[in-house]
Formats: sequence, C-alpha cells, structure tokens
Amino acid sequence: MSAIAAEPTLRPATPRSAQLRRFARRNPTIVAGGAILGLIALLAILAPLFAGDAVTMHPALRLRPPSAEDWLGTDHLGRDVFARTIYGARVSLIVGMSVAAMSITVGLVIGLLAGYFRKVEAVVMRLMDGLMAIPAILLAIALVALTRASVSTVIIAITIPEIPRVVRLVRAVVLSVREAPYVEAAIAGGTPTWKILIRHILPSTIAPLIVQATYICASAILIEAALSFLGAGTPPEIPTWGNMIAQSRLFLSRAPWTIFAPGIALALVVLAVNLLGDGLRDRLDPRLARRM
Amino acid sequence: MLAYITRRLASTVLVMGIVAVFIFLLLHLSPGDPAAIIAGDNATTEQIDAIRRHLGLDDALPVQFYRWLGAVLQGDLGISIFSNEPVAKLIGQRIEPTLSLALTTLFVAVSLAVTFGVLAAWKVGTWIDRALMVVSVIGFSVPVFVVGYMLIYVFSINLRWLPVQGYTPIAQGLGPWIEHLILPSIALGLAYVALIARITRTAMLDVLAEDYIRTARAKGVATSSMLLKHALKNAGVPIITVIGIGIALLIGGVVITETVFNIPGVGRLVVDAISKRDYPIIQGVILIFSGVYVLVNLAVDMSYTLLDPRIRY
Repeated sequence: MSAIAAEPTLRPATPRSAQLRRFARRNPTIVAGGAILGLIALLAILAPLFAGDAVTMHPALRLRPPSAEDWLGTDHLGRDVFARTIYGARVSLIVGMSVAAMSITVGLVIGLLAGYFRKVEAVVMRLMDGLMAIPAILLAIALVALTRASVSTVIIAITIPEIPRVVRLVRAVVLSVREAPYVEAAIAGGTPTWKILIRHILPSTIAPLIVQATYICASAILIEAALSFLGAGTPPEIPTWGNMIAQSRLFLSRAPWTIFAPGIALALVVLAVNLLGDGLRDRLDPRLARRM
Repeated sequence: MLAYITRRLASTVLVMGIVAVFIFLLLHLSPGDPAAIIAGDNATTEQIDAIRRHLGLDDALPVQFYRWLGAVLQGDLGISIFSNEPVAKLIGQRIEPTLSLALTTLFVAVSLAVTFGVLAAWKVGTWIDRALMVVSVIGFSVPVFVVGYMLIYVFSINLRWLPVQGYTPIAQGLGPWIEHLILPSIALGLAYVALIARITRTAMLDVLAEDYIRTARAKGVATSSMLLKHALKNAGVPIITVIGIGIALLIGGVVITETVFNIPGVGRLVVDAISKRDYPIIQGVILIFSGVYVLVNLAVDMSYTLLDPRIRY
C-alpha cells in the first residue's frame, strides 16, 4: 500500500536521451538498420567533399592493392575503388527509394479501386496475376533492353514488376476493412465514395505499406545491381556496385578488392534495409510480429 | 474436386494468355523498329520496308498477336535475329545446364532450409534459433553474384578444391557434373534457403502450439518422430506454397548465376541477347520461364489436398 501511495501522481518527464535509449533497447533492428542506412546515405550525399575522384583513369596505377593512399586499392583502369564504391551508393539508394515510392503510390491507387469496386477488381486482379507470373528480373531486363539505358528507365523497369505485390496487399486490406461497421455507417450516412476511400479506408493501409516499402526498396537495390551486373542497367560511365563487379570480374584472382568492396557495400545496404523492414513490421503489425 | 481442377486450369490458361499479351506488347510497343534492327545499320529504306512486309509488321496489332500466338502454341518461338536459328532450337540446346542447376539448387536448398527451419522452431528462443535467423536475414541480403565470387575466390582460386567456372554435361560423367554444380547451386540457393527456412520455422511454431502435439509428447512419442511425423507433415502447406512462390527467385537467379559461373545455359543465352538486342530470344526465354513459374504454382495448388486432407475443393 505504502509503495502505491509513495508513487507521485505525475511521472517526471523522462529526458530525451533516456527515451531514445529505451526505443533502441525495444527496437534493436530498427535502430541498427536505420543507423547503417543513414550513415551510408550521408556518405553518398557528402561524397564530393571527401571521396575523391571516381572517374579519372591512371593506367600506371592499375590493380594496386589497398594502401594508405588508395584505401580500397585501384581497379583495372587505375580508378580509385574507394571513391567508386562511395559514389556507387548514390545510384543504389536513388533507385531503391524511387522504386519504393513509385510502386507504393501506383499500387495504392489501383489497389484501393480494385478492392472497393467489384467490377474493377476482376479485370485488374487477373492483369496483376499475369504481371506477377513474369519473373521480375527478366521483365526488368526486357524493359531496359527495349529502351535507352538511363537511371530513370531502370527505375521504371524495376517499378512495374513490383506494382502487383502492392496492389494485392492494398486490396486485401480494403476487403477486410470495407465490411467494418464504421465504413458501413459512413456509406449509410451518405458519405461520398472518394471520402470513404481516403478518410476511412486509406489509413488502414498505411502501416502495412510502410513495411512493404522497405522490402520493395531492398529488392529494388538488388535488382538494380543485378541489371548493372548483367549489362542491362545504367550506362557504364556511372559507377554502380553492379557494374563495378561486372567490369572487375576478370581480375578476381589478382585484385579481389575490386569485387569485394562494392559487393560488401551492396550486401550491407540491403541488410540494413531488411533489418529496418523486419523491425518496422514487428512494431507496426503485432499480428505478424511473432510469426516471422 | 474435378470442378475445382477445371476451374484452376481455366484460370491458369487465362493467366498464361495475359502473360502472352504482355510479352507480345512489350516488344511491339517498344520504340525500336525490329525491321531496322534486323536489316542492320547500312540498310536502305526499301530494304527495311521489304523486311517489315516479310515479317508482317504492317498488319494490325491484333492480327500480328494471333499469328504470333498460333506459332508459339505450335512450339515456334520465332527466329533469332543474329544467328538466324529458331529460338526454340537455341533454347533446347541450352536447357540441360539450366535444368541441372535449377534442380540441384532446389534439392540442396529445400533439404537445408527445412532442416534449419525445424531446428530453429524446436529450439525456439535459444542461440541456435537466433543464429539461424540471423544467417537467414544475411542470406536474404547478399546478392547471388557477390556470394558466387566469394565462393570462387575461396574454394576455387585459393583452396583449389573445385573448378572455377564452366559446365560439364552429365553424359561425361556424374563426378565432373556435380563438381561444376556445387558452388553455383550454393550461391543461387542461399536466398532461397533463407526464405524457406523462415517460413518453415513459422509454420512449425504454429503447429507445435497445437493440442495434439502436447498429447503426442505426453504419451511419450520420440522427439524426432514428434517433430517430423506430427509437426512437419502438418506444417507442409505454407512450406510448399513458399517453395512455389520462391521459384521466381530461382528463375531470376539462374540468369545471374550462369553469368558468374560461365555456365552455357538459357540464362547466358538471354544475357548475350540483351547486348545484341536479339528480341525474339528475350521474348522466347521470358515466355518459357513465366510458363514454368505458372505451372509450378499450379502443381503446388494441386498438392494441397495431398498434404492436408481437410482441404477439399
């Protein structure tokens, strides 16, 4: 009894740093993933200030191992692998984030309409089934091969195969929500359809979409790297992790750093995004948290 | 049951039809003119026109689509622009390495993943479980080509245990055939193992919470039999489903793995076709890979009734 009585009526405000520490303890994956990702994004943005020259070739300094001047050595054309790896992060992050944003936006609109209007649903879902049956990498390869290679074509080519996954997710949420009493009440009350979709249904899709966006981002970064690696990506002048690996593959035994530096960077970024996604899923979707 | 199978087959045909339309449109709505590409850089306008008429590219799109679909259904995937050989024949010549790689990977990945998943679910919450799940997140994040080059560097270049690259047909002996497939199938299978292991663990955890498992334990069923006979069998449906969905991962990965390990399969065929813009090959390979994906998932759907007699259609 005395213990309860002794407790103050108002808890003293916890300082900011303590709040942050508690958040980190409860969501280690969000913090770890977010921190790695933030650091890499910062390095990519600030690249011109410290990374050095990523394009100039020094034929006399070919395939130098890592040293004090060239932290990660040089490649077969004498270019600095450290600078190229840092600049390579730019394409990966831009592609990853743009694809996530675009596929979520387009998929959300299509999914809301398909979930709410029965007539649209049948046609749209069959089209999405067809699109999903084509392996993403091959569809992206075909789309890039057909047009001129540039960062924006690559983004569109990777976005298209991701859209059906978003549509399916949004539709499933809409189907489960639209029979809910508050939605029926809104319909009975004569609320216009667009308002029902935006005010009453859209909010339920946000949490699963945030989680989905991180997974799409991770998959887009992997597909971009694969396209660059296969020679169906951004033009070879722009350093990307994929084309760095492709250009260096003949030198694997002589200069493994030319492949492993971009390779490890790529794996690290995708790992960070996946960790962030797993953490967000556990936090935002308690039903799934135990399952995976 | 029969009604369900009919309905499921009909929807499969529909999906394949939609895939065919997408793939057809993909190449016909593209900015490049196939006739100009076939004719080459030095062709005159008359030559290009002649080729266009010869290929029937002047006809309305629906007419062209029906003609193309009719040919595809008879096994005619068109003629490669550069080698002038039928695409179906080129794919046929390259199918053995691809099939070998895909099936070995499927076998290795599924057996490893299910073992890991069952182990993690059995030892849930212990360091074994956590270690396996960490490995699975990492496995899902490292791209095929990075794993591939690391494996080549360690096992082929430094330790010299396995051949660096290439492929030996199975007709030249089982030993060399397997030797050439070990590293590629590990590289290709890693993401697949991660995916299946996670689902296996989840499905097993669900089943292990059931009353009949407690009953089995109480009456003294051996742990191995409890895990495999009582639990794993009942966790089968989600596992089989994800194996089917994951085939897409495998198909995409085959293209990259064949490039890394220099395996002369269908994947290499399509990668070489990209740089030459040999559209009929790209079209044919995508069509075949999509068909495989759709058929595998049809088979997966059909297998549900075998795994779970409660599912009746």
